[in-house]
Amino acid sequence: MSRNPDRPLSPHLTIWRWGPGMLVSILHRITGSGLSVVGLAVLTWWLWAIAAGPAAYAAFTGHATSWYGLVVLVGLTWAFWQHLLSGIRHLVMDAGAGFELRINRLFAVLTVAGALFLTALTWFFVMGVQA
Amino acid sequence: MSADGNSTPLGRVRGLGSAHHGGSHWIRERLTSAALLLLGIWFVASLLLLPSLDQKTVAEWLRSASGAVPMALFVITAFVHAIDGLKAVVDDYVHDAGNNLFLNGLILFAGIGGLALALFSLAKVAFGAAA
Repeated sequence: MSRNPDRPLSPHLTIWRWGPGMLVSILHRITGSGLSVVGLAVLTWWLWAIAAGPAAYAAFTGHATSWYGLVVLVGLTWAFWQHLLSGIRHLVMDAGAGFELRINRLFAVLTVAGALFLTALTWFFVMGVQA
Repeated sequence: MSADGNSTPLGRVRGLGSAHHGGSHWIRERLTSAALLLLGIWFVASLLLLPSLDQKTVAEWLRSASGAVPMALFVITAFVHAIDGLKAVVDDYVHDAGNNLFLNGLILFAGIGGLALALFSLAKVAFGAAA
């Protein structure tokens, strides 16, 4: 298929005004890709380390509790909750509901706020267990 | 189902080509997401509720049926959902047929390879002798 480069493309990222629905849509893809690649790599490494014994497990927890390990784990926790909540939003919209502008916008904002809250809550419990 | 060109336009395409499979990919992505809603929350809640996350405690937990069986389901479902989700992202953005096939092949091989390693590790812990 040939395309005349002088003709405009369909509206694209650069001319859309950012809104909650658009933010949540792209966050769903970014968090999903991150969980798939980084999340499953960490999960597999963790399971392998448990099977390999205390020495391998100590090496895993050494990385996991370092500053960069915690950045990754907090990031994965946020990605988990964001993807879970925006995933629920997608399932509702797949059923044909929640397309009214006001409700759609509110639902999108709630997934972002909810994910941040649940991430904080999760790590509050983690700190509680450690202390 | 005939593709001889004598049937209606709909009759010529039904059961053929990507549309025939597209539906099952879409549906499987949603069914695994519904399963992960339960299994993902089970996974996070279990980690938070374990008395400790040291190797001995975690291995003991994964030797029990109530730990190992949901973990196996979580690992399988998460990898299948990840492969489906990454394919959706690749198919949306990578239009060159060669690059598309290469990336989807890489995702499939890495995904099935990771799944095999994670399940082997889990089985080794689950069927291993108590320390």
